[in-house]
Amino acid sequence: MSDQTRRPHPPGITPDDAARIDIIGLTKRFLTPKGEVFTAINDVTLTVEPGQFCAIVGPTGCGKSTTLAQVSGLEHPSAGSVSVGGQIVDGITDGVSYMFQADSLFPWKTVLGNVMIGPVLLGTAKAEATTLAMDWLRRVGLSGFEDRYPHQLSGGMRKRVAMAAALINRPRILLMDEPFGALDVQTKAIMQTELLQLWEELRPSVLFITHDLDEAVALSDRVVIMTTSPGTVKNVFDIDLPRPRGDVQQIRHEERFLELQGQIWESLRDEVTRAYAQTAGVAA
Amino acid sequence: MTSTTVATPAARLGETDLQSSARRAHSRRTAWVWVGRVAVAVIVVGGWQWFTTAGWVDKFFYGQPSGIWDSLVHLFTVGTAFGTIWENLGVTVEEAFFGFLLGTVAGVIIGILFGSNKYLATVFGPYIKVLNSIPRIVLGSIFIVAFGLGVFPKVLLAAVLVFFVVFFNAFQGVREVDQNLVANVRVLGASTLQVARHVTIPSAMTWIIASLHTAFGFAIIGALVAEVLGAQHGIGLIISQAQGSFDPNTVFACMVITAVVTLGAEYLITLLEKAVLKWRPPNRSEAQAI
Ligand SMILES: Nc1ncnc2c1ncn2[C@@H]1O[C@H](COP(=O)(O)OP(=O)(O)O)[C@@H](O)[C@H]1O
Ligand SMILES: [Mg+2]
Repeated sequence: MSDQTRRPHPPGITPDDAARIDIIGLTKRFLTPKGEVFTAINDVTLTVEPGQFCAIVGPTGCGKSTTLAQVSGLEHPSAGSVSVGGQIVDGITDGVSYMFQADSLFPWKTVLGNVMIGPVLLGTAKAEATTLAMDWLRRVGLSGFEDRYPHQLSGGMRKRVAMAAALINRPRILLMDEPFGALDVQTKAIMQTELLQLWEELRPSVLFITHDLDEAVALSDRVVIMTTSPGTVKNVFDIDLPRPRGDVQQIRHEERFLELQGQIWESLRDEVTRAYAQTAGVAA
Repeated sequence: MTSTTVATPAARLGETDLQSSARRAHSRRTAWVWVGRVAVAVIVVGGWQWFTTAGWVDKFFYGQPSGIWDSLVHLFTVGTAFGTIWENLGVTVEEAFFGFLLGTVAGVIIGILFGSNKYLATVFGPYIKVLNSIPRIVLGSIFIVAFGLGVFPKVLLAAVLVFFVVFFNAFQGVREVDQNLVANVRVLGASTLQVARHVTIPSAMTWIIASLHTAFGFAIIGALVAEVLGAQHGIGLIISQAQGSFDPNTVFACMVITAVVTLGAEYLITLLEKAVLKWRPPNRSEAQAI
């Protein structure tokens, strides 16, 4: 039953409006330990269409992670709003999964236990959850590894486990905070390709934070550039590279890819320079 | 040149040579470690025996290894004025065990509660610090005045000593929980109870189990001290009687007996640790065993 409601769109069919994300005038302020008000993001407005893959790029500390936390409902905006599927986010948003740069796997659970956690938290019977998790392990190419503990896996395998754990509940929305940031270049390319394949199957709306411009262009339908702190949306680029994109490493050499990448870098460069000047000023 | 001939018999011979010489070096090292250990025991016990026999050290005050052995034999064959040694040991172990259990359960529950609830932690924080800084052994006297000479005040003192060790570890363990993991399961819809069950408690378990090694030692200390302060049975009573009759050998014999019990408990706790923390990379738990 609950599995049905969590599956708003069968594979291959365009997802419905339940997965739309509308961020309107989003502002988040923090109280620093000294008691001063610090504005992390200011008046961020952006829309992610249902089933769209949207990357957020911006200098370090500009508020990308903060934006994601407001979408998940883990934090509350200071001003403005986030709506998911037309409903204002207030408390934890239903049907969301998170993936962080750190593995955030349970070191004390086996691979199977890690992947199962999603259905288990929803109250799915253990046998059913096990079957489902085994199926997902097969999909990410980890059949036979279900009894291993995370420390017995390579970095890429741990990412696969995290990916299966994030997708097993068929989320409407997938929030990814520099998920492949810590991987070596080859593993990263493989994981990107695998992520795209899984995304094509399930079509959740994705908000994908990255530092890597190539990664943003290769994966996304839309790339959002944020300004230096306090972060706000500077530019939005629509990426019209055809889908399915196939092997991520192949696209990098296409003419249109390089063209888009150049445009986006133009926009980002100023911000990165400014952010660097800010931090250099602090350090001086 | 040589790197291409790895598979030839000659090269393999070199490899086995290397292996066997490494193995020989290793067993030689192990042998020397044991020689050293035995030497230390012989020098300490033998020296003690020699000095007291020669009369350089007064065995009336400092005991003597052969005397301790005689006391042990006496304790196990003849028994004591308060029943057999087994009865008395049983009482002490029982007190320590229940004190250990009570202190651990209370320490884990309150540690996890305070660790995950900032308000409680802030309100009770200063009181915990005060309680921790007073010499808790003194509480033994109060417990004996309040609850008599039975088993209960001993259990209570052991529990108080155990509580603080376990409490601080459980508290710290909860504080060290990976916040990404918490965010992850909360987004997946976990309730507060589910966060505790799937993240907080397993994560704090590493810290808690590490504290149990020390905690059992404290449980024995608590039981013994309370028995010395006033009891009808127990190793602590035998110790205080021996002290009263200027019999250091029996005091040392009791020390040997409790040491054996504590080592046994330590072994069981290590088994528990291995079973509960089997997910950890092996090198880390090995490092901790040292
Ligand atoms: N809980 C918090 N309290 C105070 N400041 C915060 C908090 N979370 C984030 N910040 C600040 O907000 C800014 C943006 O942080 P973040 O969203 O993590 O940046 P990004 O992910 O883009 O690198 C940073 O300067 C950070 O120090
Ligand atoms: Mg960040």
